[in-house]
Amino acid sequence: MSESARKDTPEQAEFRAYCREWLAANKPGEPSVRLPQSPLEIMTEDQLSYLQAWQKSAYDAGLVGCDYPVEVGGGGRSNCQTVANEEMMAARTPFFPNVIGLGMAAPTVFYHAREDVKSELLPRLFSGEDIWCQGFSEPGAGSDLASVQTFAERKGDKWVINGHKVWTSLAHFAEWMIILLRTDKSHKYDGLSYFVVPIRSALGKGVTVRPLIKITGETGFNEVIFDNLEVDDRFRLDELGKGWQVAMTTLLHERGAGELQTPRAGGMKNKSTHAITAGNVIELAKACKRGEENSAADDPLLRDKIMRQLIREEGLKQNQRRTRVQALLDHPMRLPLQNKLLASEIAQQTAALALEVEGMRSSLYLADENAPAGGQWPLAYMNSYGMTIAAGTSEVQRNILGERVLGLAKSK
Amino acid sequence: MAQPNNYGFGEEAALLKESARKFFREHFTTDKLHALVAADHNPDRAPTCDWDQSLWQKLVDLGWTMLAVPESAGGVGMPVAAVAGLVEELGRAAFPCPLLGTLNATYVLIGCGADGEAALADIASGESATLAFSNRHGSWDPGATEVRHDADGLHGSAWFVQDAAKSDRLLVCAHTENGLGLFWLPMNAPGVSRVADGIVDLTRDQAHIRFDGSPAVQVSANALAAINNAMPAVWTLLAADMVGAAEWQLQTSVDYAATRKQFDHTLGYFQAIKHPLVEVMLLIDEAKSLVYNAACACDTEVGKAAQYAHMAKASASDMAAYASSRSVQTHGGIGFTWECHVHLYFKRQKHSQVLWGDGSWHRARLADILIGAAA
Repeated sequence: MSESARKDTPEQAEFRAYCREWLAANKPGEPSVRLPQSPLEIMTEDQLSYLQAWQKSAYDAGLVGCDYPVEVGGGGRSNCQTVANEEMMAARTPFFPNVIGLGMAAPTVFYHAREDVKSELLPRLFSGEDIWCQGFSEPGAGSDLASVQTFAERKGDKWVINGHKVWTSLAHFAEWMIILLRTDKSHKYDGLSYFVVPIRSALGKGVTVRPLIKITGETGFNEVIFDNLEVDDRFRLDELGKGWQVAMTTLLHERGAGELQTPRAGGMKNKSTHAITAGNVIELAKACKRGEENSAADDPLLRDKIMRQLIREEGLKQNQRRTRVQALLDHPMRLPLQNKLLASEIAQQTAALALEVEGMRSSLYLADENAPAGGQWPLAYMNSYGMTIAAGTSEVQRNILGERVLGLAKSK
Repeated sequence: MAQPNNYGFGEEAALLKESARKFFREHFTTDKLHALVAADHNPDRAPTCDWDQSLWQKLVDLGWTMLAVPESAGGVGMPVAAVAGLVEELGRAAFPCPLLGTLNATYVLIGCGADGEAALADIASGESATLAFSNRHGSWDPGATEVRHDADGLHGSAWFVQDAAKSDRLLVCAHTENGLGLFWLPMNAPGVSRVADGIVDLTRDQAHIRFDGSPAVQVSANALAAINNAMPAVWTLLAADMVGAAEWQLQTSVDYAATRKQFDHTLGYFQAIKHPLVEVMLLIDEAKSLVYNAACACDTEVGKAAQYAHMAKASASDMAAYASSRSVQTHGGIGFTWECHVHLYFKRQKHSQVLWGDGSWHRARLADILIGAAA
């Protein structure tokens, strides 16, 4: 019996057996295209359609949105998404492409949208047929998110939107965007409202999507320009002026601290991708020769550094386990709010360590046939900054922890 | 064998941890600790052993010293995970007493089989004990003892013996004709002389102990096996103590940062103060999660106990160094004085950091397990 299986409720146990059986028969085969390291780096339609087909089949089988009610396209189960996630990871499936939809848009729409909007949008979100993106950051609103300026002006029962969103992952494939807009210029926080707006169907009719090139040279995210886009009032989430509160629902789930478990798949071995783990750095160190007789794995300083990383990774894993042991928690948000900060910083340090292990050969990048591991480690290291900056920088995360958990005065 | 999801930290363990927290909160405030151990600030003073023996007796009467002793030897047989909860609270209170040594001896004796049962019964009857394993260099390798056992008893010296002045019994590792053995004797046995060390930590005492033909009961002829079997629990419990102590350091620093004002704001408003305190919290939580994982491994996944305990103690040692450093720095000028309580925990942590192996030592052992020995 697996570690998680022993605590299953009868419903979970039955569902687990079902998932396992379905995955054994239906897990997709190796793709013919090179898959990116994460859904946020999907670059081609070929990659997208392979991943969309996988998400659709998993949704049709009931493995996506398990804990949402049937009326909005969910499975109507309780606490079963975790089970599906564990089984998909164990089966080493591909990941889901609609990662922003599942992780952020779905819970936000579910908690704050009108009933008809939920049942119209959520089923195609869960199935991955509609890709979603997120419109929060702007050129002038990064860490200080509440200073967004993209403006929605009321016109009868419609809104007219003008402005500029940036760092928009997946916008080039997206049908819909969750968006934080200013509806009142005289109040900073209370002047914000939250909408869902169409993207792909409005291209050339008020919406322009332009790719931004990342430091890695890859595309993946975009800027989105709104020029008199008209949106129906029924696509407003919650009340006018409540945008900031709705955004908190999004961010809470983005940081993995929300009520609803995000559907998550992954683990598929792919020759071009390497999980950023100390275990893989050990393998790398054994392969990186320092002389005829020894490798980087024999260097006592590197051994110490690798063990530090391995211990931090195990600590994060054990934090996640301890989150469910009530008697060993002092403050309910203390561990959940650390999750994103730790995961992103640990990955960054591990990738940096891999470059140190590679030594001179860490100078070789994707296009060089002599690059260790195909040049994935320099790519992973550069990409890691996306995670320590997105969804509130590490510095903002430390403010949140200091204020909400330790109770220290709010910093400006 | 897989570990249970909740670390095996069930209702009984939660109750024990909560009553320990209440016990120390009611009977042993930090003010009391300061009055007890910091009466004399003179760094040149002779070593003393300041502790509240009647409160220790209460703790013994509650049965907390025999929690780890198996039921077959008259104890309670609680899992290491539950004992770790108690020790975390002990660390939070920084209560000077021989509990850790008694628990350490218990785990070594459990590995001695039938020969250790009489000694375990002594512990179950309320006697305290401490380990005498180390040489004059303070080596952390098991079996680094200078003591030998001859026909007329123990000879030589054991060094860095923890809480020696508070302990009733000694568990000594000594060379014999047939390799390393373990020996059990009262602290006041003939030929035992105790020389107190002058140490930085005010919440412990430490000594080197000279044996001059001291009679002792042999409890094991294979000391290394028993010691290696017990060390994961020893490392884990010390790390649990450090986690509890660090929680005190964090809370005390946060309280100060929330009240002390400079430049029209409380200190916590400034990110130069706030972010390091958050970092302390992150490091505490890592160490704490690793402690319960290691404890649970001692109980249910013995093959991985050493690996996980190395992680816990390495994490706790580095965490404690940072928590201590920030506790003094955050308090500013007052934190640099004898009158402010933070130095008590600063010193206790400094001692714990190196006791039974510092961070680098544990990482080197862990690397040998996970990477293999270096060429």
